[in-house]
Amino acid sequence: MPENFKAETYNADSLTEDLSDAAEVPPKAATPRVETQADLSAELKAIGDAYAAKLRSGDAPEIQPRLDFAPYRSSILRHPTKSLHHADPETIELYSPAFGHQDVHALESDLTIQHNGEPQGERIIVAGRVLDGDGRPVAGQLVEIWQANASGRYIHKRDQHPAPIDPQFTGVGRCITGPDGSYRFITIKPGAYPWKNHLNAWRPAHIHFSLFGSEFTQRIVTQMYFPGDQLFPLDPIYQSIVDQDARDRLVANYDHELTEPEWALGYNWDIVLTGSKRTWTENEALGAEGDHHE
Amino acid sequence: MRPSGRKVTTMSDSKLTATPGQTVGPFYGYALPYEKDGELLAPGSPGSIRLQGTVYDGAGHPVPDALLEIWQPDAEGEIVQRTGSLVRDGYTFTGWGRSSVGYSGVYTFTTVNPGPTKPGAAPFIAVAVFARGLMNRLFTRIYLPENQEALAADPLLSSLDPDRRQTLIARRDPDGGLTWDVRLQGEGETVFLDFDGGAAGKESR
Repeated sequence: MPENFKAETYNADSLTEDLSDAAEVPPKAATPRVETQADLSAELKAIGDAYAAKLRSGDAPEIQPRLDFAPYRSSILRHPTKSLHHADPETIELYSPAFGHQDVHALESDLTIQHNGEPQGERIIVAGRVLDGDGRPVAGQLVEIWQANASGRYIHKRDQHPAPIDPQFTGVGRCITGPDGSYRFITIKPGAYPWKNHLNAWRPAHIHFSLFGSEFTQRIVTQMYFPGDQLFPLDPIYQSIVDQDARDRLVANYDHELTEPEWALGYNWDIVLTGSKRTWTENEALGAEGDHHE
Repeated sequence: MRPSGRKVTTMSDSKLTATPGQTVGPFYGYALPYEKDGELLAPGSPGSIRLQGTVYDGAGHPVPDALLEIWQPDAEGEIVQRTGSLVRDGYTFTGWGRSSVGYSGVYTFTTVNPGPTKPGAAPFIAVAVFARGLMNRLFTRIYLPENQEALAADPLLSSLDPDRRQTLIARRDPDGGLTWDVRLQGEGETVFLDFDGGAAGKESR
């Protein structure tokens, strides 16, 4: 444990976060006690066991994260307590904003050329397709990504993790999907990074993805992980998806076909949005909307 | 179905299972915000209004790291399909914008009052809410406070209890703008929407 360790700064989220949004952690100890990974892992196991029992009793798998997921302490005061209200999407919700090459330059998909030199770390290619729930490619749509550098450090004033900033790496990219829903980024494999959910909390390496579909109802922000990460069982954000098959959908595949000789390792990750609610015309189904890739 | 759950290998499946969402986290600051992101129109331009509000957590404290997106028809109720939201030319109304809240939890957009997309329909703005600590994005709507008849006939609003219904209706400011707050939890909790229902809706709780 480092000498400058301060117990009162733990059980918060980002590294300089105050404790105001983690104040109602049950059970509340009379004197502050630092929550350890063992405490968190016990909570995660209890939730996992309860979910396994539900599956055995015939409940349908849960495919999305739980909004109410106390092991991620910052969610405690930030999740709705009432169930989401079912609504039939109407008019504007059945369309999506249009993005095109006015919005995104082709070079924005290469995160390794944004400065004067090469960033440190393991160069990787991350590529795949964006599909809707009916298997149709999401063509001509915006994909945004952001990530930590190879040392696990974000360019952000509130990231105080004492790992080096890489002046050659901002960790932000964008692209517009091709007619087949394809996207491709060149970047650096991000490092794991420590956070203050509890003592010795580390996030598995991940890349944040923001995606639009053909309808506003399909909008998602998520995180892509790398295969075989030993931090998966310990991470309350990954574990907020209680179903293993659903978690696996966030993990990229190493893909040697994508790997380029003497240049970069390739990871494939396909993203499926929810199903379309709109009656599609043939042109829309072929991806003729917007100002998409040639 | 996808055997490995990762690489989608068949296009013939009628239904694929959606990829789960995850929290936007705290560190989106260099990625998602951009110049004029909340300015669907240039501030002060004819017909423009300010849309603003505060995002609150369950303790009633402002949330300083939330981000809102709005998507709306133009003042005539037309759904716009124009590019240019990320690099605004100052003239093209694209109908979409993004605003990250400041330290005090306040977001601000410059936009127009949305028109009705069908004759007699209650105009609304579609909203997606993101925040650190929020495991998945939340959908909701902002209705204009005028035209009680249209509001009363709206399929969504009329399916809600009167007190909950009110959480989706903006207040009209003296300057003609709109104020609409997001309460993620607790008293006055905003109505958040599930568009999938059935099997998918169960999961998202």
